Amino acid sequence: MIKFTNVFKAFPKGGLALKDVTFHIAKGEFVFLTGHSGAGKSTVLKLVYADEPVTSGEVRVSGFNVAELRPRDVPMLRRRLGIVFQDFRLLEDRTAEENVAFALEVTGARRSSIAARVMRVLTQVGLAAKAQAYPRELSGGEQQRVAIARALVNEPSVLLADEPTGNLDERATRGVFQLLRDINASGTAVVMATHDLDLVRQAPYRVIELQEGALVYDSTVDEPRDQAATP
Amino acid sequence: MNLTIREALLAFRRAPLLSALSVTTIAFSLFVVGLFGLVAVNLQDALRGVAERVEIVAYLLPGTPIESITLAEKDIEAFPEVHSAVYVSEDSALARARAELVEFRDVLQELERNPLPASIEVKLKPRFRDAEHVNDVAERLRGFGFVDDVRFGRDWVEKLDRLRQIAAAVGLVVGAAFAVVAIIIIGTTIRMAVLQRSREIAIMRLVGATNGFIRRPFLLQGAIKGMLGGLVAVGLSYGAYTLINRWLIQAAFFSHLQALAIVGFGTLIGFFGSAASVGRHLRRV
Repeated sequence: MIKFTNVFKAFPKGGLALKDVTFHIAKGEFVFLTGHSGAGKSTVLKLVYADEPVTSGEVRVSGFNVAELRPRDVPMLRRRLGIVFQDFRLLEDRTAEENVAFALEVTGARRSSIAARVMRVLTQVGLAAKAQAYPRELSGGEQQRVAIARALVNEPSVLLADEPTGNLDERATRGVFQLLRDINASGTAVVMATHDLDLVRQAPYRVIELQEGALVYDSTVDEPRDQAATP
Repeated sequence: MNLTIREALLAFRRAPLLSALSVTTIAFSLFVVGLFGLVAVNLQDALRGVAERVEIVAYLLPGTPIESITLAEKDIEAFPEVHSAVYVSEDSALARARAELVEFRDVLQELERNPLPASIEVKLKPRFRDAEHVNDVAERLRGFGFVDDVRFGRDWVEKLDRLRQIAAAVGLVVGAAFAVVAIIIIGTTIRMAVLQRSREIAIMRLVGATNGFIRRPFLLQGAIKGMLGGLVAVGLSYGAYTLINRWLIQAAFFSHLQALAIVGFGTLIGFFGSAASVGRHLRRV
């Protein structure tokens, strides 16, 4: 599904953002990507959705060889992924429904099918009743649910979430995390970058830890260690 | 396709102020070009009117037989530069003088002998009405034995020539300068529209929109803004023309084709300005 082999990523101004990173994430897995700020969590995700070029090594994502992807194939890769950010990235001048529909429209989906698919994912994230609300009328947790609905509407095989709970209070965090678990339970792989260790300890999922660009711990390979993800 | 149209039109509703600003900027830029165009059109009209009066008159020796004159008239009309050659007899010259010079009617009435010579009046085709060709034709007319004298306003034709050259050169330079300024200003406004929506563009790319998909509404929107700007510019020019006509001088306005060209020019600038701005933006992010 996602396979990094000896991946290096250089910063534009010199230095390495990732050093020799190798891991494999299987279909339907839930993986926490942990580490300090600047450890390279976001960089890993950016390489997956081809937002940054790979410096060396091989990155494979659902059949795409990302390092050798032509620019015009990047959109095709992204349609197979769902991406969620800490800052939601919703369009302020569109309703929840329109924000979700937008992701389908850009892929050229048939208009007749859009409304039904949008309602289905909004129901899945528990926001069907607020379909007509604008982002400013929604709480942080609700906005993140809209963003998750947008990520899901194309039925991706992987959901990438970069600190999805970073801007949320505890209650909203629990809700969003539960939603991600439900999504994973229905078969979608989830890669969640986070530094919220309480969250990591709550669930029995695989943990990959980065430190200064190097992969220092992978719970499927290494001995379980309680202090693995020290802050 | 309807999505492209919808998104393009939505942008006007979402950012009415910026859209209005773009249209206004395009309109005023093109209005300046248009005003200059009006001056050029009118100057050209005026010069053409003056040029039409370029005429060569060959005065004939008294007593030239009419047969020779008729023959010569045919010859002259066959010159490639010549539009028409008309024989004016002594009598008709006098009649014309009587009609035109009302103040001297009494004097002309009392004449015992007609002092006016017969002549052939030669008009050249429009593209030959310059000093070189006028001189050339005049020289050939002198070659006819029965031609006494050939007259044309030599200095005057040469001045007209200079005036035409200057008008063309100034027109080209100033017109091009205005057009370049218009293109730069319009490009900047469109760039603002693109930057204003850069967040939206970034999100579109994240969810898998192709560059073509992102670009299309901008191109359409740019073309529409350019077209509206062009229409407003023609409207403003018409207003200026009306004022000038009422208070200053009789002037001419653009032909339909010229007005259409301004609107078309605006549309093209809007389209290509958007293409350049969006293209640059998409390459950079």
